[in-house]
Amino acid sequence: MVRQVSSVTVTDRRAAPAAAASVRLTGVSKVFGRGGSAVRALDQVSLEVAPGEFACLIGASGCGKSTLLSLVAGLERPTAGEVSIVEAGRGEEGGREGGRGVAFMFQEPALFPWLTAAGNIELALRARGTGKAERRQRTAELLETVHLGGFGGRRPHELSGGMRQRVALARALAQDADVLLMDEPFGALDAMTRDVLHDEIDRICADRQLTVLFVTHNVREAVRLGDRVVVLSSRPGRVIGEFAVLIERPRRIDSAPVAELAARITDRLREEMSRDGQ
Amino acid sequence: MASDNRGTLPAYAEKLAWLESLEVGSPQDQRGRRRAMRAWAALWPVVLAIIIVLAVWQLIHISGWKRQIFPGPGATLANLWDQLKTGLLWHAIGTTAERAVIGFGLAVLIGAVIGALVSRIRPLRAAVGSLITGLQTMPSIAWFPFAIILFGISTTAILFVIVLGAAPSIANGLIAGVDYTPPLLLRAGATMGLRRLSLYRHLILPASLPALVAGLRQGWAFAWRSLMAGELLVIIANRPSLGVLLSTDQDQSDMQSATAIIIVILVLGILVHALFSLADRSIRRRWGLTGSS
Repeated sequence: MVRQVSSVTVTDRRAAPAAAASVRLTGVSKVFGRGGSAVRALDQVSLEVAPGEFACLIGASGCGKSTLLSLVAGLERPTAGEVSIVEAGRGEEGGREGGRGVAFMFQEPALFPWLTAAGNIELALRARGTGKAERRQRTAELLETVHLGGFGGRRPHELSGGMRQRVALARALAQDADVLLMDEPFGALDAMTRDVLHDEIDRICADRQLTVLFVTHNVREAVRLGDRVVVLSSRPGRVIGEFAVLIERPRRIDSAPVAELAARITDRLREEMSRDGQ
Repeated sequence: MASDNRGTLPAYAEKLAWLESLEVGSPQDQRGRRRAMRAWAALWPVVLAIIIVLAVWQLIHISGWKRQIFPGPGATLANLWDQLKTGLLWHAIGTTAERAVIGFGLAVLIGAVIGALVSRIRPLRAAVGSLITGLQTMPSIAWFPFAIILFGISTTAILFVIVLGAAPSIANGLIAGVDYTPPLLLRAGATMGLRRLSLYRHLILPASLPALVAGLRQGWAFAWRSLMAGELLVIIANRPSLGVLLSTDQDQSDMQSATAIIIVILVLGILVHALFSLADRSIRRRWGLTGSS
């Protein structure tokens, strides 16, 4: 019910950036399985992402990064602790029921192969109850936003990897959620395509005042994109460090300040990994 | 060498003339010719196969094996041609086709509903999941005594057995499709806010389509077999069907006609199979599962 306020058009949203929401995790733990074979994926994670903030989560594989996103998206429930999406001026909203107010981008584009690019985006609008005429118009706008104006009629298999991920981004934006979760969305792309998409993510997230939780194992990517980089330990995942990224935008992934901070974060990660190895 | 030269010169001239003839045609002619070439490329293996079958058949006939009873292809095809000119065969084909459409249609409806319910409701699956597979492997002809006692010598009895033969395959096809819906797509659907009916309609059903078509195809094979068995066993007076014609031929030891009817049944089966292949191919093309798009 609360979400309906955000179903205004893109231009309106830019004029009213106050609609942003924050994500709050308080003492969140997640255990998979039971008894002897139980695996503790996350341990006592507390994290707050401010409205409009771009937070990057980084850590070695197996640190529960993806699990954390699933918890925020409401696809899974925490074993202990609380996950909440707090909408500015609208009180708390538990992220329990799957996908409420949260858009998700996966490493794979996860597009529906039986629909065209435009069809995939339209379905996201339809799931929110958008009317037919508005769906058409919004889909066209979203395709323009991700620079795929002429490709709405293509099927996913007719698009390149980068273009598919753009469609996936447009589909996530179609939900008009204030919170965007991204699970290594550019991990499978080549460096050139990734750089271009970084620029677009920068622009789109700033335009729309999105609160972003971005998971990656690429430290430079995290520094390139994030306002803050949160480092997680592995098995169980625990927050072991936070780095504010104060580098002015627009940034370049190969610029000296980015490389410098990335090196510091990498050192911190190495330290953690060597301890883990002992 | 010399003999070679003598041979190549006229051949070369011929080739040149042929090449010239190619260039003369207008672009439209050329497009038409290309289309004809493609059709021919698809057709010639079939034509060749038919010719081989007819040749082998003719050879058997010439060899004299059961010559008194077993007709050659010439006599059989002449018989088929004669029958095609009478109304009786077309009437019979009409009756059989009508039963096939109604029976298969009912099986699709019932199979899809059962498949949809069983795939989504866990206790129901535990209860009847293996029963469906059991029914699928059951020879449907075994149901006829049951069906005839229940419904008498009637079309209903035939339809009943068709549904029992085909519905389990269709249900299983749908269940398999639902089971193999990629988890990633389900997660994407869940984050998009697709729930219950809309999740089913916009995600699970389309994702199940390839498996469902496979189930439909298998279901059709069972339906067609059940129908033929039924028409041989359940003979209704004054309703000529392909089964009735076959049965009459058997009574009158009319091997020519019996073989002609078998050819008709075979051709009908191949035609419907081709329809399913067409559906399957179009889905694969849309999904990008074929090499060429």
